[in-house]
Amino acid sequence: MKLRKNVAVSEVGLIFNPVTGESFSVNPIGVEILELIREEKDQNQIMQVLLEKYSTDQATLENDYADFIDILNHHHLIEIHEETKD
Amino acid sequence: MSKMRYERPAIKKLETGLPNKFGMRTEYEPTTHIDGVAVNDLVKQYGSPLFVISERIIRSTIKRARKAFETRYPKVQFAWSYKTNYLNAVCSIFHQEGSWAEVVSGFEYDKAISLGVDGKKIIFNGPEKSVEDLTKAIKNDSLIHIDHLDELYTISELAEKHKSHPRVAIRVNMDTGVYPMWDRFGFNYENGQAWDAINKVMHSERMELVGLHCHIGTFMLSPYAYGIAASKLAELALAVEQKFKHEIRYIDLGGGFASKNTLKGAYLPGIDTNPTFDDFAEAISTALLNSNFKQDKLPLLILETGRALIDDAGYLLGSVISNKRSSTGRRNTILDVGVNILFTSFWYDHKITPAQSFSQYSEDTCVYGPLCMNIDVIRESTNLPLLNRGDHVVIHSVGAYNMTQWMQFISLRPNVVLIDPEEKTHVIRLRETLDNMNSMEKVPAHLEKFSI
Repeated sequence: MKLRKNVAVSEVGLIFNPVTGESFSVNPIGVEILELIREEKDQNQIMQVLLEKYSTDQATLENDYADFIDILNHHHLIEIHEETKD
Repeated sequence: MSKMRYERPAIKKLETGLPNKFGMRTEYEPTTHIDGVAVNDLVKQYGSPLFVISERIIRSTIKRARKAFETRYPKVQFAWSYKTNYLNAVCSIFHQEGSWAEVVSGFEYDKAISLGVDGKKIIFNGPEKSVEDLTKAIKNDSLIHIDHLDELYTISELAEKHKSHPRVAIRVNMDTGVYPMWDRFGFNYENGQAWDAINKVMHSERMELVGLHCHIGTFMLSPYAYGIAASKLAELALAVEQKFKHEIRYIDLGGGFASKNTLKGAYLPGIDTNPTFDDFAEAISTALLNSNFKQDKLPLLILETGRALIDDAGYLLGSVISNKRSSTGRRNTILDVGVNILFTSFWYDHKITPAQSFSQYSEDTCVYGPLCMNIDVIRESTNLPLLNRGDHVVIHSVGAYNMTQWMQFISLRPNVVLIDPEEKTHVIRLRETLDNMNSMEKVPAHLEKFSI
């Protein structure tokens, strides 16, 4: 899984997709996840980083992470490779 | 090192276009305390969901309502509408503030008596009053508001039987220019039914016609309709005086004042648009003062306002069970508060605020209750911060009708807690238990055993 080419993410959470012309706003934890995706971290690594930093449990985080990824995909902001889907 | 507060990741598409100048604000501001008591502590101590009633708000609201009317009209009496919220503690606060009792059933009548209300200060309304109810009311010299001719004749017979002279009023329905016109209760003004009923009472000489009553609708957004109602009742009262040389002692304008809740489909929030007590008081008192009553013969003005006096004093605390997405990608949040205890969510877009602070990020959310029923929707669409499972929310202005129209359906009804002016909490109604429910049921002997 990786961010689509040319998708711009600002530090304050503004996303611009030049292909579609759409803009989005993302909250700070969302920006962190996008940065980790850009660094090509896999889901386990991302989970680990976030669990160490935030007061939440694994089940909640996994659920919210999956939901977030679905929405990113829905807006064509990420590319999900078949091998990572499995 | 302590970990940071978790907020689930969220992304929102930025829409372009004209801004909506009437757009509802997102409820970022958390309601962490109610009357100085922490919401989290209330939930911890009394459970979730939980109804919370503020004694301070009830007292300040009734004082504000009385001031609005008493500064405009010399003789005013409030009567607490039991059906709006008949928890004993709530009724007692209103009685301490000087309100009489306004009841609409034998059950409510007995409740008022059991609380120690003087029978003479109970107004008995409604279309169903049994012979037993009426006998009790006659013996206690209560004010009986006659709804239909069958009731009028029953009271007449009971008066003769008990050699008493019951105090009665005629309930009048009328066209006040609002839709829908309520004409199912009482006698119509325009077609002469009301005048006919008045004449029957006056000629029977078995009853004393002390008042005229109307209740023109519910959640009324036009104070002018009350002005029309007051004028029409004043005309009837003056006609009685002229024909029978009999003085009508009170005019009862009933209830129906809108609270500050926002009706579903309303373009603007109720808090900005709904009339105030001053608006209603101005319309009613102007109509009465401008009528032809002599200065020393002004009738007592009775008001049976319920909703507008108690709605803001009631809160419903709940907790997030889960966050989901619908098939269309919409955020769904499930609370432990269902429509079985929040009946008014069918009528209002209740304000919902988080009970803990959040960032400014929010999502359009559909808020569901916990019932396994498709109709269990608390808000079809509201903009809420990113609530996590287990977070608490506060639903505002739920004091009217929910604690009387609630249902024991699927789940049991929760505790109700009163916060007194010294910020002490009191359970005023215990949460139901399975034993409570089972104690009312009986299983026939042949059904007691089974094997599956």
